[in-house]
Amino acid sequence: MNLSELFITFPEMSKESLRIFKKSIDGAYRNFSREYGDAIEAVFDPVLYFLVWFEKLLQNSPWPLVILVILILVYLGSRSIYLTIGSLFALLLIGYFGMWEDTMSTVSIIGVCTFMSIGLGIPIGIAMSNSDRARAAITPILDVMQTMPSFVYLIPVVMLLGIGKIPGLLAVIIYAIPPIIRLTDLGIREVDKEVLEAADAFGANKRQKLFRVQLPLALPTIFAGINQTIMMALAMVVIASMIGVKGLGQPVLKAITNQYFTMGLLNGLAIVALAIIFDRVSQSFGKRLQQHRSGSRE
Amino acid sequence: MNNTKIKISNLYKIFGNNSKKYIPKVRSGMSKDELLTKYNHVLGLDDINLNVAEQSIQVVMGLSGSGKSTLIRHINRLIEPTEGSVLIDDQDITKLNNSELLEFRRNRTGMVFQRFALFPHHNIIDNVKFGLSIKNVEKAESNDKAMFWIDKVGLNGFEYKFPNQLSGGMQQRVGLARALATDPDILLMDEAFSALDPLIRTDMQDQLLELQKNLKKTIMFITHDLDEALKLGDRISILNGGKLVQDGTAEDILMSPADEYVKNFVKDVNRAKVLKIKSIMNFSGVQNNSDAFVKLDDNIESCLPKILESEHELNVFDDKNKFVGLISRNNVADILKN
Repeated sequence: MNLSELFITFPEMSKESLRIFKKSIDGAYRNFSREYGDAIEAVFDPVLYFLVWFEKLLQNSPWPLVILVILILVYLGSRSIYLTIGSLFALLLIGYFGMWEDTMSTVSIIGVCTFMSIGLGIPIGIAMSNSDRARAAITPILDVMQTMPSFVYLIPVVMLLGIGKIPGLLAVIIYAIPPIIRLTDLGIREVDKEVLEAADAFGANKRQKLFRVQLPLALPTIFAGINQTIMMALAMVVIASMIGVKGLGQPVLKAITNQYFTMGLLNGLAIVALAIIFDRVSQSFGKRLQQHRSGSRE
Repeated sequence: MNNTKIKISNLYKIFGNNSKKYIPKVRSGMSKDELLTKYNHVLGLDDINLNVAEQSIQVVMGLSGSGKSTLIRHINRLIEPTEGSVLIDDQDITKLNNSELLEFRRNRTGMVFQRFALFPHHNIIDNVKFGLSIKNVEKAESNDKAMFWIDKVGLNGFEYKFPNQLSGGMQQRVGLARALATDPDILLMDEAFSALDPLIRTDMQDQLLELQKNLKKTIMFITHDLDEALKLGDRISILNGGKLVQDGTAEDILMSPADEYVKNFVKDVNRAKVLKIKSIMNFSGVQNNSDAFVKLDDNIESCLPKILESEHELNVFDDKNKFVGLISRNNVADILKN
C-alpha cells in the first residue's frame, strides 16, 4: 500500500472486528434488559398507574364537564375571553369530528410528561446554576438529548421496556425536558448580582436566597421553558404513537400508511389546536408573572 | 472621643487564585502594577489600618479602583480578606464561621447600595421587611417595624408600590429603610447617593444627618465626591490604589493634605464653606474695642462679609463669649487663594 492510497481510503477498522464490536454491545445490552427489564418496569409502575387513571378520568367524565374545566383553566391562565371562546370552539369541533377520545389521551400524556419534566427539570436546572462543573457535565447530555434522532434512543427503550405507554412517556420526556433545564439554569444565573449581594448582606442563607430571590426572579424565564417543553412534547406525539402510545398520533400514523389525507389533516389540526391553546395560556401566564418588571410609573 | 467600634488592622486583599502566596511580596513593597503585570493578581487593599469611632460617620473616599468598595465589603465580609483582622466591639469578624457570619449580618449590619439593589419582585413594604423576614421575625412585628421606617423616610402611601414605580431618590429611601429596619448598630453605605441627581442627593444627605442625630449608628460611608465627604464625615479616609493615604477630619484633609493625590482631590473645594474660623485665626493678640465679633466654630463663608468689611482685625469669641484671638482679611485671603 503506497502513501497516496492511504490518504484516499480512510483507514477503517476491519468489517469483522466492527461486527464483533456491535454484536458484543448489543448482546450485553440484551442480557441486561432480560435481567433487569422487569425490575426497571416495576419502578415505573406508579407513573403508569397515574397515567392510566388520568386518561380514564378525562375520557370517562361527561364531556361538557371536561370542556368546562379546561375552559376555566384557560381563563385563569390567560385572563383572555377571546382565547377562552376560541378554545371552546376548537374543543367542540374536535369532538364533532370524532376525535374526542384520542384528544383526551394526548392531553393526558402531555399533562403527565409536562408534570414530570417540571418535577425533574427544575431541580436539575437549579443544580446546574449552582455549580459550573455540574453545568459543564449536563450541557453535553442535553445537547445529545435534543439532537439525537428520537428513533435511535427509542431502540434501547423499547428493548428494555417493550412497547407501550411508559417507553412512549420516556421518549417524550427525553425530547422535551432539555428546555426547562436550560432555562431554569439561565433564569437563575441571570438574576442581578447586586440584588443577590443585597440578600447576602442581610444574612440570607443559601435556601432563603434560592426560594426568596433567585427562583421568584427566574420564574418568567422558567415559564418560557415550561412553554417550550409542552410544545416539544406535542411534537413528539406522532413518534410516540409508533411505540404504542394512544392518542392523536395513531390516526396520523394510520393516515400516512394508508394515504388517508383528510384523516391525517383532521388529526393534525387537532394537535395544532391543542398546541395553540397550551402555548397561548402558558405564555400569557408567564407574562403575568413578570408584571412587576413592566409596572407603570405613576 | 467615643470608643472604637470598628478596628481594622493590617488588612490585605489580593484578588486571584493564589492570593496568599503574594502577601510577603506586597509586604516587602511590590507595587500594584508589578503584581498585576508579573503575577496577574490584583492588589485590592494594601495594609489598611483604620479605627472607626462608635456613633460616628466615617467616610471612605477615593477614585474608582481605589479599593473603597472592597474595603466596605470587608466589614460584613461580603469579601473575604486575604490577611488581617476586622474587630467589631472586640470580636474578630474574619474568624466567624458560616452560621455566626449569617447571624452577624442579620443583626449587626445594614447595607445601602449604589444602585439600590431592591428586590424587584417585592413591593416596598416587603422590601423593607426583607431583613426581618430572613430573621423569621413575627409578621405583625415586622409589619409595624417596616411601617415605622417607611414613615421615617417619608414614603407613606407607597407601601404597596413596586420599586420600578418609584423614582431613584425614593428607591434609595427604600434602601435606607430596608437597612435600618433590622436596627443594626453599623450602617454600611456604598456610594449610596452617587446615582442620584444633585438636588435629590443634597436632600438625602440632609435627611441622613437628621436621622443620625437620633439614631447614633456607626456609619461607614463610601463616596468619590469630596463635597459629600466633607458634609457628612466626622472623619474622612482617603484611599489610593488600595492604600490608605490619609485619615483625618475635614480640616486635616484640607489644611494639610498628606500627598499630591490628596492635594489634587481637595484643590477645587470651596474652603470657606467647609472650614471654621478656628482653623485660620490667630490665637494671640489683644481684644480690640469694636463691637463686631465672630465665633470660634462659625463657618468662614457665613462670616465673610463681616471680616471683609471690617477695617481692622476682628475679635473671635468662644461659645462662652470669651475672647480667644483675632482674625484678619489676610487670614481669609490665604485660605481662598490656594
